[in-house]
Amino acid sequence: MALQAALLVIVVGLAVAAAHNAAQNMARANIAHGFGFWNNTAGFDISQTLIDYSSSTSTFGRAFWVGLLNTLLVAGIGCVLATILGFIIGIARLSRNWLVSRLAGGYVELIRNVPLLLQILFWYNAVLKSLPELRGSVALPFGGFLNNRGLFLPRPVFAPDFAAVVIAFAAGLVAAIGLYLWARRRQERTGEQVRILSMMLIAIVGPPLVVFIVAGRPLSFGIPDMGRFNIRGGLEILPEFAALLLALTIYTAAFIAEVVRAGVLSVSTGQTEAAQALGLRSGTILRLVVVPQAMRVIIPPLTSQYLNLTKNSSLAVVIGYPDLVQVFAGTVLNITGQAVEVIAITMAVYLAISLFTSLMMNLYGRTVAIVER
Amino acid sequence: MAAMSESAVQFLRQTPALSLPPPSSRTGVIGWLRVNLFSSPFNVALTLIAILFIAWIVPPLLRFLLVDATWSGADREACIPSTARPNPGACWAFVRVWSSYFVYGFYPISQRWRVDLFFLALAVGAGWLLWLRAPRRDIGAVYFFVVLPVLSLILLGGLPLIGLSYVPTNLWGGILVTIVVATIGMVFSLPLGILLALGRRSRIPVVRWLSIMFIEFVRGVPLITVLFMASVMLPLFVPEPLAPDKLVRALIGVAMFASAYMAEVVRGGLIAIPRGQYEAAQALGLSYWRMTALIILPQALRVTLPNIVNVFIALFKDTTLVFIVGIFDFLRTVEVARGDQKWASPVTSLTGYAFAALFYFVCCFAMSRYAQRVEARLARRSAHKGR
Amino acid sequence: MMDKRPDEPRAETAVEIIALNKWFGEFHVLRDIDLKVARGERIVICGPSGSGKSTLLRCINHLEDWQSGRIVVDGIELNDDPRQIVAVRRDVGMVFQQFNLFPHLTVLENCTLAPIWVRKMPKRDAEALAMKYLERVKIPEQAQKYPARLSGGQQQRVAIARALCMNPNIMLFDEPTSALDPEMVKEVLDTMVELASDRITMLVVSHEMGFARQVADRMIFMADGQILEINEPKGFFDHPQHERTRLFLQQILR
Repeated sequence: MALQAALLVIVVGLAVAAAHNAAQNMARANIAHGFGFWNNTAGFDISQTLIDYSSSTSTFGRAFWVGLLNTLLVAGIGCVLATILGFIIGIARLSRNWLVSRLAGGYVELIRNVPLLLQILFWYNAVLKSLPELRGSVALPFGGFLNNRGLFLPRPVFAPDFAAVVIAFAAGLVAAIGLYLWARRRQERTGEQVRILSMMLIAIVGPPLVVFIVAGRPLSFGIPDMGRFNIRGGLEILPEFAALLLALTIYTAAFIAEVVRAGVLSVSTGQTEAAQALGLRSGTILRLVVVPQAMRVIIPPLTSQYLNLTKNSSLAVVIGYPDLVQVFAGTVLNITGQAVEVIAITMAVYLAISLFTSLMMNLYGRTVAIVER
Repeated sequence: MAAMSESAVQFLRQTPALSLPPPSSRTGVIGWLRVNLFSSPFNVALTLIAILFIAWIVPPLLRFLLVDATWSGADREACIPSTARPNPGACWAFVRVWSSYFVYGFYPISQRWRVDLFFLALAVGAGWLLWLRAPRRDIGAVYFFVVLPVLSLILLGGLPLIGLSYVPTNLWGGILVTIVVATIGMVFSLPLGILLALGRRSRIPVVRWLSIMFIEFVRGVPLITVLFMASVMLPLFVPEPLAPDKLVRALIGVAMFASAYMAEVVRGGLIAIPRGQYEAAQALGLSYWRMTALIILPQALRVTLPNIVNVFIALFKDTTLVFIVGIFDFLRTVEVARGDQKWASPVTSLTGYAFAALFYFVCCFAMSRYAQRVEARLARRSAHKGR
Repeated sequence: MMDKRPDEPRAETAVEIIALNKWFGEFHVLRDIDLKVARGERIVICGPSGSGKSTLLRCINHLEDWQSGRIVVDGIELNDDPRQIVAVRRDVGMVFQQFNLFPHLTVLENCTLAPIWVRKMPKRDAEALAMKYLERVKIPEQAQKYPARLSGGQQQRVAIARALCMNPNIMLFDEPTSALDPEMVKEVLDTMVELASDRITMLVVSHEMGFARQVADRMIFMADGQILEINEPKGFFDHPQHERTRLFLQQILR
C-alpha cells in the first residue's frame, strides 16, 4: 500500500514538473497553448483532398480532416490489396510444387528483411520518378496518361439516373443472398445439393446491367485533356499515393502470407485424413473442415497486420503524401509551433484506431473460440 | 515368397523378404521431379508459369547487378549511357567512392579507429551472448548491458581527459549511426521490457495499470509519432540546460518504443513458464526478486529468445525512421549520396537502393536464420525432456 | 440389428492385397504383402512398432500410396484415380489413434457431416441416423457438446459412431485405444466387441491381446514391413510358429 502511494507520488510529481517546465519553455519561445489554433486559417495547400479544402478559407481543423481521410484512404485500399496478395502468396507457400513454394518463400524473405522506408523510397524515387515527363506521357487505353506527375484516368461522371442502377445492384445482391439461403434450406430438407454459384452471379450482375442499358447509359467519362503545361479534367492519382500504396501493399502482404501459412499449418493433418476417410472431396474438406479452423487462427494476427499497415502509412511524410502525420504533425505543427497539442491529437487518433480494433478482435475471439475444456 | 492358397487360415513366412531399392522411376532426380513439379496437369502448368517468371526476372537482374555493372570510375562519366555502353548496369564505382561516408558519416578521419574499435567491442559482446554454449554468459550480459554502453559513449563521443577528443554527434553518420541506434535500442529495451512485463503481471494495481497504460499507448501509435514526441516535446519538458542533443532524443524515442514490444514478448515467455516453477521456488523460501532473477527469468528468456531476436530485427529496420527527425543513419547517407551531381545518372538511384537493400537484407536475414536455429534447438530440447 | 445398407457389399472378398510394396524414399517399408480378407471377417494385426502395420492399414483406404502391387477393396480396384478412391472411402470407415474429431463442430455435427455432404441425406434423416449410432455407442446425451468437453474414451466412441454413420462394409481401426488412459480402454473395446457381432468386416491394429483373443477370426503378425505369421487366435497364442512371433508374444504377454 505504501509502495503504491510512493509510486503514485513519484509519477505524478514527474508529470507536474514536466508540465511546469513545458509552460516555462513555451512561454519563453512565445508559443501559444490551448486548442484555439483549430479554427485558425490554414494558409497552405494540400495536394490531395477528398473533401473540399482551400488554402485561403479552410481552417487547421479542416486540414486535420483532410489528412485523416487521406490516411484512411491509403490504409483501407492497402489492407484490401495486401490481404488479396498475402493470401495468394501464403497459399503458394504451401503448394506442393517446389518451384512455386520456393518462389513465394523468396518473396517473403526478401520483402520482410528490407526496411519499409527503403521500399517506399525505392518505389517513389527509382520507379515512379523515372516515368517520362509531361510531354512524353505514356498514352493509355481509354484516354489515360501516365507520367511522372501521376496517373491520369478518365473521371466517371454519374447522371442522376445512375441511382436506378445502384438500386438494381442492391436488389440483385438481396436476390443472390435469398437464393443462397433457399438452396441451403433445400439441402437440409431433401439432401439435394443445388449448384447456384452461376445463378448468384447472374443475379448480381444482370439487373444492374439491364437497367444501365435501358436508362440510356447514365455514365460518362471526363477525359483528361493534355495541355502544354498541365493536364485538366480526369481523375488524378498522385505518384506519392501510388508509391505509398505499392510499398505498403507489398510489404504487408509478405507478413500476411506468413500468417496465412501458419494458420493453415495449425490444422493438424489428422483432420484432413479423417475427412478423407469419410469420403469427402477435397473442395468440401477445405470448406467445412480446414478453413473454419484455420481462420480462427488467422484472424487475430491478421488484424494485427492491418493495424501495422495503418500505422506504417505514417511514413508518408518522407515522400510528401499528405496523410495525417504529414499534414498535421508536419505542416500544421511547423506553422503553429504548438507541438504538444498537435502531437497529442495525432497520437490520440492512432490510439483510438488501435484500441477500437483490439476491442473488435476480442469480441470476435470470444464469439468463435473453439470450446476448450 | 511363400505361397498362400485361396482360403488359407494359416501362413508362415519361411524366407524373409529382402529390403530392395525402390523402383527407379520413383526415386532420384526423376522421382523427385515427378512428385514435386509435374504430379498433375495443374502442377505442370504452375511449373511452366514459374519457370517463365524466373526467366523474366533473373537474367535482367543479374545483368544489371553484375554483368553490365561498372566497378570503377571517378565520376558520372563512368556510369552514364554512352555509345560504347548503351545500357549501363549498376554503378558500383559510385558506392566505392562514397563508401567511407556510408560507414562513418562525417566522423573525423583521424579518429575513425575509435569507431572500428567500437564495432569490434560490439561484435565480441553480441557473439558472447548469442552463442548459447559460451562460458560465463552472465559476465557476458554484464559486459553487453553495462560495460559496453559506457565504453561506447566514451569511445565514440570522446573524453578529453584520456586524450580522446570530443566528437559531436552531428558528425556521426551512416552505418555507425544505424548500429549505435540499434544497439542502444536493444541494450535499453530488454531490461526495460523485462521490468514492464513483470510490472504488467504484478499484483499491485498501481504498478500493473501504469505498465499496461505505457505498453498499450506505445504499441498503439506509430513510431514516427513517438520520435516526433521525443524530438520536439522532450526539450520542452526539461529545463533548458539539460536539453538532450538530437541523437539522444532519437535514441530515447527508439528505446521507449522497442521496450513496449519487448515487454509483450517477455510476457509471453513468462506465461509459458509452468506454475510449478513458481510454486517450487516459493516453497524453497525465495523472495520475489530472487525467484524472478534466478529461476523464472532465465527460463522465460531462453524460451522466448526467438521472439526477442524478431523484435531486434524489427528494431534494426526501424532505425531507418530516425531519418525523419534529422539523424543521418545509413539510409539517409544513401539518400544524400544519391543527390550528388557528380554522379548523376539514370542508374545511380537504383544502385544506391540496391546497395542499401543488400546491407539490410544480409543483416536481417542472418538474424532471422539465427532465430530459427534457436527455435529448432529449443524444440529439440523440450522434445527430449521428460513428458 | 442388421441395417439395410445403401450399398450392399459387392464381393465375397472384402479386401485383397497382392504383392504390395511401398517405399518411403529409400526405406522399404512394406515388403511383399499378400492378403485376402473375406466378407465379415475380423482380423487383428499386431507386431512391434515400426513394423508397418498402420501403414498397411492406411493403404487400404488410400491414405498412403504405394509404388508396386495392387489393392482391391470390395471389388473396386484402388489406383490413383480420384473417383475410385472416393468410392472406396465411402465404403470403408476408419477410426484413428488420435480420434481426429472436428473440434469446431458438435458431436452430432461431426456425425452428420459426411452423410449430408457425401450421401446427400436430408438433415433430419442424417441427424436421426447419427442419434441412432450415438445410442449404439452409449453416449446419446453428448450430442450437442463439443468434442473437447468429452473424455478420451467418449471421443473415441464418437469417432466410431461417426465412421458408422456412413454405413461402411469395412471398418479399419488404427490402434484405437493406444492414446487412451487405462480406465477408458475398456469402454471402447466393449463398443468394438459389440460391433464385431454385427458381421461387419473389421481390420484392427492393436496391442490389446485380450480383445484379439475374444473377437478375432485371424491374427496377423507383422515385423520389418512383412507379414511373418497368420493363424487363428488359438493356434497363434498357444503355438506361435515363427521365432519372432514367439519373442513378441513373450514381451507383450508378460
